[in-house]
Amino acid sequence: MDTTLSRTISLKVNGSAVQATVDVRHTLADFLRHQLELTGTHLGCEHGVCGACTVLVDGRSARGCLMLAVQAHGREVTTVEGLAGADGRLHPLQQAFKDHHGLQCGFCTPGMLTTLSELLADNPDPSEAQVRVAISGNLCRCTGYQSIVDATLAAAKSMRASGAAR
Amino acid sequence: MKPPAFAYHDPGTVDEACRLMSTLDNARALAGGQSMMPMLNMRFVLPDHVVDLGRIASLAAIEEGQEALRIGAMVRQRDLEHSPVVARRCPLLVDAIQWVGHRQTRNRGTIGGSLCQLDPAAELPAVCAALDATLTVQSARGTRSMPFAEFPAGYMTPSLEPDELLTAIELPDWPQGHGHGFVEFARRHGDYAIVLAAALLAVDAGGRITRVSVTLGGIGPAPVRVRAVEQALVGQVAAAGLFREAAEACRGLEAMEDVHAPASYRQQLAVVMARRALDAALASLAPSRGTAH
Repeated sequence: MDTTLSRTISLKVNGSAVQATVDVRHTLADFLRHQLELTGTHLGCEHGVCGACTVLVDGRSARGCLMLAVQAHGREVTTVEGLAGADGRLHPLQQAFKDHHGLQCGFCTPGMLTTLSELLADNPDPSEAQVRVAISGNLCRCTGYQSIVDATLAAAKSMRASGAAR
Repeated sequence: MKPPAFAYHDPGTVDEACRLMSTLDNARALAGGQSMMPMLNMRFVLPDHVVDLGRIASLAAIEEGQEALRIGAMVRQRDLEHSPVVARRCPLLVDAIQWVGHRQTRNRGTIGGSLCQLDPAAELPAVCAALDATLTVQSARGTRSMPFAEFPAGYMTPSLEPDELLTAIELPDWPQGHGHGFVEFARRHGDYAIVLAAALLAVDAGGRITRVSVTLGGIGPAPVRVRAVEQALVGQVAAAGLFREAAEACRGLEAMEDVHAPASYRQQLAVVMARRALDAALASLAPSRGTAH
């Protein structure tokens, strides 16, 4: 195998060890969707504008379309599928999105949730303005921002109350 | 949209990266990928080889020199944003980083990548111009350094040979407690600015300006130091009214015209942004200048 064209990578995805051979030109988002069949990560613009493909890499939000899969070697990747507990219980953010109508068509939702889960891990008590800045790189074409912000503030409150920052 | 086929290399040292850049045909360096990856996805660039600098630990360090901060080209924008050392030694950089892209892009994007991309309205080149940064450039042929002022060779074009890599950025200290301000005008948060301004201010015990730096971005292909404003301010007592008058000199600058705004609009914005940056710098002056803060 010519390791400059394809490589075998080892990483953790949503807590599970994964080993796979990837074309070096494939993005992380395409790898997640096509090879791992984790289609929760959505691809909108594929050039880093819309934020739909946002995943967490070692806990930090990153655009899955602006990273090569090969660059995820040795990293821990969390996708929207990894936010809920193993028992299927929704992450407080997911629950709040459901309760507060934080999604309409749902296309931007995976990127919103991953980005906001990083925000709440960094800052358990954000202001409304801080929430809006945090999602400045995530486009919602339904323009449902108000509900998304409401849901996020509600999630932050419930996470603070339960001490279940995760 | 998928990147074109290329061969991928991820050297572990600068020497190895330089060797690859000098021996491979049509090679492009990959830093944080927040501009390069879109260009690959859209196939605006078609390299035969991509040399990823992400594994080179020596490029990701922030070092405290005697009179300057030395920042590795691969330091992530997020790390600059949250570095206590940067906040203490170079607060202007922290001011500016808030305007760079978004949380997700700052997590990956690097200072060196942004400088080499050299977007006319990017924040980090403006910071380097404001601070008279010195850049270190390496290739298999050796190491050279250049003042940032010589780095832009034209529109989005750094003066680097194809085999050269930007490896470090030195940001000289300003006096403890100096004033710093960074403002920009953009349609949406995280967009490139239409016009941005950076200002640095040092004053003596009587409030008289001893040193000042005023930089505009977004009006020409590279950041512009507005010497006329700087010269008009040195020796004067810092005050808002003074800035309002001095900033008028920005109206006469040559400004570019594009789909976002005509030249006259940028000239008007230049005046306003320069004044606001100076106002912010004045407001940030430490109350007891000369003491650590």
